[in-house]
Amino acid sequence: MALRILVGCKRVIDYAVKVRVRPDKAGVVTEGVKHSMNPFDEIAVEEAVRLKEKKVASDIIAFSCGSQASKEVLRTALAMGADQAILVDSDKVQPEPLDIARMLAKIVQDEKINLVLLGKQAIDDDSGQVAPLLSSLLNWPQALCVSKLEKNGDHLDITREIDGGLEMLKLSLPAVISCDLRLNEPRYATLPNIMKAKKKPIVEKKPKDLGVELESMGTVERIEDPPQREGGTRVKDVDELLAKLKEIGRI
Amino acid sequence: MSLFNFALRAGRHNLVIANHLNPIQRALSTSQVRFQQRLLVVADHNNETITPITFNAIAAANKIGGSVEVLLITNQPDKLVNQVEKAEHVSKVLVANHTLFEQVLAERMAPVILNLHNKSPFTHIIAGANSFGANVLPRVAAKLNVRPITGVIGINAPDTFLRPIYGGQAIQTYKSKDGVKIFTARATAFQKVEQESANKATVEQVEVPVAEVEEAAKMTQMVGQELNKSERPDLTSASRVVSGGRGLKSKENFELVFKLAEKLGAAVGASRAAVDAGYVPNDMQVGQTGKMIAPELYVAVGISGAIQHLSGMKDSKTIVAINKDSEAPIFQVADLGLEADLFKAVPEMTEKL
Repeated sequence: MALRILVGCKRVIDYAVKVRVRPDKAGVVTEGVKHSMNPFDEIAVEEAVRLKEKKVASDIIAFSCGSQASKEVLRTALAMGADQAILVDSDKVQPEPLDIARMLAKIVQDEKINLVLLGKQAIDDDSGQVAPLLSSLLNWPQALCVSKLEKNGDHLDITREIDGGLEMLKLSLPAVISCDLRLNEPRYATLPNIMKAKKKPIVEKKPKDLGVELESMGTVERIEDPPQREGGTRVKDVDELLAKLKEIGRI
Repeated sequence: MSLFNFALRAGRHNLVIANHLNPIQRALSTSQVRFQQRLLVVADHNNETITPITFNAIAAANKIGGSVEVLLITNQPDKLVNQVEKAEHVSKVLVANHTLFEQVLAERMAPVILNLHNKSPFTHIIAGANSFGANVLPRVAAKLNVRPITGVIGINAPDTFLRPIYGGQAIQTYKSKDGVKIFTARATAFQKVEQESANKATVEQVEVPVAEVEEAAKMTQMVGQELNKSERPDLTSASRVVSGGRGLKSKENFELVFKLAEKLGAAVGASRAAVDAGYVPNDMQVGQTGKMIAPELYVAVGISGAIQHLSGMKDSKTIVAINKDSEAPIFQVADLGLEADLFKAVPEMTEKL
């Protein structure tokens, strides 16, 4: 049975951008700042496409929740090889991982999905929660921080990164997977594929279509700059370095 | 507001019986001045040893106030109980014992925590922010309809937590409105509790929901582990760390870093560039997507200091940078910066130590 894959794509501030906190401490500056697909999600999309190329998967649905601008990242996923996309327009409310997990759970049921591929974490909120929350809601097995994935008959053979090394798991299907950096090297979308992607469908939904009531929870009270380190000194040579380290008792 | 009114407002109970109260009501009933917290720390272990981050998590729990209960889900309680029962601030060690816990997997652990909480609710469920905590706690939270909070570095109030976002480029203050607060605590932010205190906790067996655990065991099995064994101190808990980056240029040259680390009694870390180039295995990576560390001394060798790397080490007490590029961003966070060719400076430093 070929798999129907759902893959999550979040639009985030580009990983190379130095983030600035807003003066009103209500968030970070996002206007005029370069955004792109969360790097871990690119890896998830790439893995889905590779599974389709190996005829392990039949269909790939890309999902994003956010503003209309999130269509860009869905177009990127489509250009990489996803078949269709779903955009959940969340207006101005910042959905939390549990909201996203609930939306995904509904899509999994509606679309008869049997494998969900997500990034290990979004590089903006750094939560790393959607995959375990979703697998819990669905009562499916989970494997987080996966660096190797193979379908073997009716199960998945997984290698995941844990503290101190690797762990090998055997997961029954259906399952939820979160992808680590070393799973693969995402491809660049070629121009013909970018053109083709424009014809692929992006279905727009509202959170309530998926049974999720997004309300401004007001759970984030404020966002602040981290404590700044004081500028240090330069030393001229190794001797001075060692002397200074001795002076402050570090060696 | 009287307790009676509170119960009426909650609209669930006609009779106010202490055992049937939710955690907030129970807290109100036990203390009029101060909320009594019921704190559960889920221990991370490999069925041989309790993982050190568990003692950081106990410290985080204690910061909320109140005595801490530690849950051991294991098939080897005899080996583990004595490692935690004397820990400071621990009042009770709860043991869930079953052969299926030979494999420390989230799918099998979550039903135990849920079952325990549903019978006698906690105000806080806590684990260390490592691969164990990240795996297990959200699985519990989803079932309780709770929004978990990952990577906590500060606690302002029993419901208000600080956590870094954007790879540590900003700090979020998060107020949880859930009945039970479920969070993982960063080891670097909470000093471990004393493991051999005068106090000795009581040990209590807890029920294992066997049918659910058996069901979970059918979904996921561990078939093997490959752990990087090393003589050096553990990266996340070492007081000194020497890290190498792309500037080392090859796997062979990385030996310079190992030699310096050996002299310093330090653990060895790496930047993502060094890992991607294959100089060292990826569990040595320090940064947003690798380990978050805060040693006394961090020596960055041939590391430029990209945002993603800095987020993993900028809470170190003293940062030393050795880099020949005077413009490298690492110098902006380094307490002591040496602008020099690492191939000369590092061997010289090793020799003079």
